[in-house]
Amino acid sequence: MSLPYKIVVGLEVHVQLLTNTKLFCGCSTKFGSPPNSQVCPVCIGMPGTLPVMNRKAFDLALRAALALNCSIAEFTKWDRKNYYYPDLPKNYQISQYDLPFSYEGFLEINAAADPKKEYTPKRIGLFRAHLEEDAGKNTHDESGRGADSKVDLNRTGTPLLEIVSKPEINSPEEAKAYLEEIRLMLREIGVSDCEMQEGSLRCDANVNIHIEHEGGIAATPLVEVKNLNSITSVGRAIAYEAERQYKEFKKDPVNYRFGNMFKTTAGWNDVKGITVIQRHKENASDYRYFPEPDLVPVVVTPSEVQAAKMAMGELPSEQRKRLQSAPFNLTQYDSQVLTAKGRRMVTYYEEVTAVIGDGKQVINRMSDLVMGALNDRKEEIDQFPLSSQTFADFMKKTASITQQGRRDVFNHMLEKGTDAATSIKELGIQTDFDESKLLQAVLEAIAANGPAVEDYKKGKTAAANRIKGHVMKTAKGAPNDVVQRLLEAELAKLMGT
Amino acid sequence: MIERTAAELIALQAKGEATAEAITDAFLASIKARDGEVKAYQFVDEALAREQAKAVDAKRKSGAKLGALAGVPIAIKDVLCTKGLPTTCSSKMLQNFIPPYDAHVIENLKAADAVLIGKTNMDEFAMGSSTENSAYKTTRNPWDLERIPGGSSGGSAAAVAACEAACSLGTDTGGSIRQPASLCGIVGIKPTYGRVSRYGLIAFASSLDQVGPFTHDVTDNALLMEVISGHDPRDSTSVDEPVPAYTKTLNTPVKGLTIGVAREYFGEGLDPEVEASVKQALKEYEKLGATIKEVSLPHSKYAVAVYYIVATAEASSNLARYDGMHYGHRAKGKHDLIATYSKSRAEGFGKEVQRRIMLGTYALSSGYKDAYYLKALKVRRLIKNDFDKAFESCDVVMGPTAPTPAFKLGEKTADPLSMYLSDIYTISCNLAGIAGISIPCGFSKTGLPIGLQIQAPPFAEEKMLQVARMYEAATDWHTKRPKLG
Repeated sequence: MSLPYKIVVGLEVHVQLLTNTKLFCGCSTKFGSPPNSQVCPVCIGMPGTLPVMNRKAFDLALRAALALNCSIAEFTKWDRKNYYYPDLPKNYQISQYDLPFSYEGFLEINAAADPKKEYTPKRIGLFRAHLEEDAGKNTHDESGRGADSKVDLNRTGTPLLEIVSKPEINSPEEAKAYLEEIRLMLREIGVSDCEMQEGSLRCDANVNIHIEHEGGIAATPLVEVKNLNSITSVGRAIAYEAERQYKEFKKDPVNYRFGNMFKTTAGWNDVKGITVIQRHKENASDYRYFPEPDLVPVVVTPSEVQAAKMAMGELPSEQRKRLQSAPFNLTQYDSQVLTAKGRRMVTYYEEVTAVIGDGKQVINRMSDLVMGALNDRKEEIDQFPLSSQTFADFMKKTASITQQGRRDVFNHMLEKGTDAATSIKELGIQTDFDESKLLQAVLEAIAANGPAVEDYKKGKTAAANRIKGHVMKTAKGAPNDVVQRLLEAELAKLMGT
Repeated sequence: MIERTAAELIALQAKGEATAEAITDAFLASIKARDGEVKAYQFVDEALAREQAKAVDAKRKSGAKLGALAGVPIAIKDVLCTKGLPTTCSSKMLQNFIPPYDAHVIENLKAADAVLIGKTNMDEFAMGSSTENSAYKTTRNPWDLERIPGGSSGGSAAAVAACEAACSLGTDTGGSIRQPASLCGIVGIKPTYGRVSRYGLIAFASSLDQVGPFTHDVTDNALLMEVISGHDPRDSTSVDEPVPAYTKTLNTPVKGLTIGVAREYFGEGLDPEVEASVKQALKEYEKLGATIKEVSLPHSKYAVAVYYIVATAEASSNLARYDGMHYGHRAKGKHDLIATYSKSRAEGFGKEVQRRIMLGTYALSSGYKDAYYLKALKVRRLIKNDFDKAFESCDVVMGPTAPTPAFKLGEKTADPLSMYLSDIYTISCNLAGIAGISIPCGFSKTGLPIGLQIQAPPFAEEKMLQVARMYEAATDWHTKRPKLG
């Protein structure tokens, strides 16, 4: 599907950092506690209180910025962003304005048309990543009965990392890939749990479109779409908003242009699947930024940068590359799927492969059995009852039996908590087939299935399956691949005569 | 008893000639007798003061080690948070505010066994130079009840000068300790920025505010500085520098002292009597063996302008939290959000506070920020550089603390600019982040005190106090007390 315009999107992502305490005080950052139970004089801005920077938060932010390939400022300061709102008890937010601690980075995403089949790397540039404090939460009576609005300040002061991309995202799919990659990466390096439902990852999308028009490129006015509660809604909202802007442009191609009007804010209505224009920023907010006098500037030393790099560990992008090379030799797609499952799953895979050797075979068996079982059991890999060693042993013991046989053994192990050998024994599955006996069974089957052999000779290769079925009946649990090999060899001999 | 210094009161107790309770009673009686006229206090809790005094006496009896200010009654400017006690900033906005925490300096005073006798009146949110901007009362100068005590820490200065407390704490953002100390004939110090923790000091201008003591003499000031100074991890701008034993080195002569005198401090607007007293003090220093050297602080003429941009900009943000939403004054009735904000603030803040919030908001607004706020920051740096350069060739810089002795009540309230100029000599010290002290150096013909300002490089309080003490030891201005009923 080709669109008559080019979508241009920049994303502003806010992630809550995985600290135990808030950015400028010692209050807990736990989600879901009773309202206003995690507050202190500092985070609710009582008179005379002062902020003190949480170094752990800064270190986590530093780690994230390095993973996002950002340059790190040697000297960074805090600024006050002034605006009045009931969820902001000081009526200013401590943020970073002109000297963010990190700037000019990029994130590589898969921009392939069919990301399941191929990998087309694309770098999305980042303007900056900076640290700031979160606001609280207002709740209003939405029944229309006009009850009091309420303010919960538990979230106030939670450390937030704001990651601002350049307008280099050109489709809903790219936006989703970008968010998925950020989420995976920040989870993997322990910076954030990135739960959009809980608000620990939030995203606003700045959307407009470029249209080829009268020999030039026409750009539409910028719209900032907010209230995006899932990665899916980000994709839907961008697609909808782009199409909406295209219709607007069609109506008034002269005036509906970038630069002709102020930036507009729109809210995404997920139920109706539409964007709702909220306000034109005509009286553009003046935040009156100025350096926060209650905090001292932060100086970042090369050794601190080094320490953050060490703490970062392997990034998903590095991991995928490693999984595609020996000894794993996974396809792009497999490496992507595996990496997306998280570092603990990768470790499990690596441990099994260390025993089995054939990484491709391990990923096939794991996809087939382990991942399905985890889904059914609603478990994470580290809760899974079969250890990597047990699974490797299972793979060895069941190398030469049928797919169904393997599945039975696997399920039996899970059910009874037995090892592979015991399960095989209890299920009465024969695993030590003598190849000469199997050959005998193959020859008997060929002899007993004259018509099928004739069909095969005529070129109906599917007829071989009928013969194979006969073999499997006589040699229960025989390894499929061995039977296949023997049968093909014998049939080839017949063809030759 | 009430005319004694803190050091003398400590000695009396040590010798068993007085109890903390008796001392506290004497000061409470003084408050009863005099504060109806002087109006230094915002709040006094007699029972609580006696309770603290009794605890000190009991501690002494038990033989336990006593703190450095044991049994000394001290008054606290109402801008410093006191746990469980009203802390109003002399504003309607915080009329019912009772902090659940003590300021760092209050914790230190309590640990030193001082007796906190009451909270003192001030210009609302420390904005003013006469204490006439209090929402509650107008404090009088104990030397002439028709005159102002200076500000913004006027209540704390008047309480000590009127012998309603042995000593007190104030805060100084542009001269709010030194100017009232000068006008009330006592000693007041503005420590180096970062020397004393600001935790629990309700902010006016965060990059300028410092807490400091008012005392009858330099010795007491050194004693209080030892108690309140030091690093506090709760204030990121507090500096982790060791606190010298100021009282131990106080009486060491300062050999080969060079005093810088800035010609800029003797220009237009300086009262001739003040000029004469300050020049006489400089002569006294020469007699004591010091060298006088002229220095230049060429950018000091911009100090008032820079100050009223930087301080108001920070104030406009610091005071944004008083919005009627979470605590403090809230307008009665049901209003929408914006009306709740604006009505609460219009009712809760006095005129001067509103004026400064508007000035600061303007200075930070887009389109004006470069010309005002950012320019002011640059000039602030130049003012600091002036001092750095001056201190290369002298130990301290001296001059008048205030251009005139105490002026009459109401004399300048209609003209904010002339009021602002009463801090003309004290403001650059805050902008530069250096230390400054005002000590008594004479009286006008009409009996109004005059102060000498001594400014020293950052963290040179030890030397500054020595220099101040040198003069004090040779004069007796600091022993004078006003005659009150």
